[in-house]
Amino acid sequence: MAFELSTEILEYIDKLIPRYPEKRSAIMMILHAIQKEKGFLSLEAQEWVAEKLELTPIQVREVVTFYPFYREKPIGKRHIRVCRTLSCALNGSYAVCDRFKEAFDTELDEISPDGRVTVEFAECLASCGTAPVVMVDDKLYENLNDEQVEAICNKIKEETPANPKAGNTDVS
Amino acid sequence: MISVPKQSEVHPSERRIILKNADNPDYDVSIDCYERHGGYEVMKQAFSSRKPEELCQEVLDSEVRGRGGAGFPAGMKWKFLDRKSGKPIYLICNADESEPGTFKDRQIMHKDPHQLIEGMMISAYAIQAAEAFIYIREEMPLGAQILEEAIAEARAKGYVGDNILGSDYSCDLIVHRGAAAYICGEETGLIESLEGKRAYPRIKPPYFPAALGLYMCPTIVNNVETLCNVKHIAEMGGKEYAKIGRPGNTGTRIWCLSGHVKNPGYYELENGKFTYGDLIYKIGGGLREGRTLQAVIPGGSSAKVWRAGERFSGKLRSGEAFDWAIDDVPLDFDGPMAAGSMSGSGAVIVVDDSVDIVEVLANINAFYAHESCGQCTPCREGSLWMKKITTRMVNGGAREEDADLLASIGDQIAGRTICAHGEACAWPTQSFVAKFRDKFTEKAKEDPEKASKRPFRLV
Repeated sequence: MAFELSTEILEYIDKLIPRYPEKRSAIMMILHAIQKEKGFLSLEAQEWVAEKLELTPIQVREVVTFYPFYREKPIGKRHIRVCRTLSCALNGSYAVCDRFKEAFDTELDEISPDGRVTVEFAECLASCGTAPVVMVDDKLYENLNDEQVEAICNKIKEETPANPKAGNTDVS
Repeated sequence: MISVPKQSEVHPSERRIILKNADNPDYDVSIDCYERHGGYEVMKQAFSSRKPEELCQEVLDSEVRGRGGAGFPAGMKWKFLDRKSGKPIYLICNADESEPGTFKDRQIMHKDPHQLIEGMMISAYAIQAAEAFIYIREEMPLGAQILEEAIAEARAKGYVGDNILGSDYSCDLIVHRGAAAYICGEETGLIESLEGKRAYPRIKPPYFPAALGLYMCPTIVNNVETLCNVKHIAEMGGKEYAKIGRPGNTGTRIWCLSGHVKNPGYYELENGKFTYGDLIYKIGGGLREGRTLQAVIPGGSSAKVWRAGERFSGKLRSGEAFDWAIDDVPLDFDGPMAAGSMSGSGAVIVVDDSVDIVEVLANINAFYAHESCGQCTPCREGSLWMKKITTRMVNGGAREEDADLLASIGDQIAGRTICAHGEACAWPTQSFVAKFRDKFTEKAKEDPEKASKRPFRLV
């Protein structure tokens, strides 16, 4: 099946590109938009971006593989990023990460068996004064303790139906 | 309108200029609120009655030093702009706040975005930028959203875009999101990233951004806090601004305090009027009950560590002799440098005696190995090598020769790379080994079983 994007994203991309003095500059913002819609950046998506920006596919791939927040495989419906860097680690972020893994019976960087989450470590979420911190999708949770972690896990389970077959992707 | 929770109590020692409104309960991120508090008045005054070169001179007179980490005088950076080339000039706000321990720019963008926009547009007018960008790290999606909405408001009111405030000057402002690479905080890496490539830093010289920056055009890259300061410099005048703080260390600075202290947070203090002891104990509330100080990292995790109890002596640039304990080191740009480290991004990380110092270095090494862009062999290979050694050490495989090996690898990285990431990854290892050699030696004698069962696990 040919690679397709929603009309909304196509319009966003068409407005975005002319704002930059050189169209190649739009690549990171376009990749973010596609990843948000598709869940990850497939080879087809990368080739589509290359064609759109008149680049070679390898020029797009170089970008996708360099930046940690771009991904080439699906993740769970919800994305849990636990800050593992110094101030958070000093305040218990490794234990926080273990609690998330236990709550969803999952391993780091894997989609949980119920399809609900992927738990990852992140390198400094820039909120060291409120350590330990976690980002769930785009939302930051600060000053975490055991009860708060449990509450976040329960909220995710409540809001996100289990679906062991699919992660955050439209590719089934 | 996006609502952001207020977080920090204002400490009586603070002199809030940049964060003056940020944590007021009745203050929000809307342009109406900003204007009610006098927002955009300085910009209006600048555009109506001041020439760009006058504003550049004010920034030079202010002696304001960049708040991103290097501490280079901002006015001097602006002066280096190549204006003869005839190429368009670009302004970039470096909002890639990635140095572990640093979280001040987040507060500004989340709580007072229009202050940044006003500071940027005054700066853009002063340097006559053709276009301006805010490069924000992807870990701050809320910040990007707040800024996008604030820019739309500012554009609708004529503060951004074509013929700003009815003048013949036009400048658009674009929010550009990174994708979680620390190296994008390095200005030439950021420029490469903004051009749509891997963030491989460029060699300086010749690629000083002021001459050969974005699209090989003259470019100024300034930190969020620095650009906000420009608004206040334009308002009070450079020489008046320079009276805040002390000579060579002018203005206020937002210090980020984290780690093992009772009151971690961000505190805006007049430069040079306080000491590290004031920040950690009087303002930050000191250590947790029953704990003693083990180490202080004075300027972000890449800064050289200080060991509790050590003293620093020598002569300042003024010729004045000093003999300081950690608590006596002035909280400014020059104090930590005189004490063998740096203030960097203003991030002070406190480590008490509850943790294993080798684990602390292992955590830092894991970060810098992950964040090496991979362009230079000493940094790419050396950072990973150091990480592997310190990880092995905390997992129970420490060897007697490890301290020497780590020091040697650090020595072979520092000064041998295109950008300062070489130093950023080497300095922690070099300084931790030098200051805590006994702890590294003890590690080799530790029971491996004990190491693997440690409840506080950093790697």
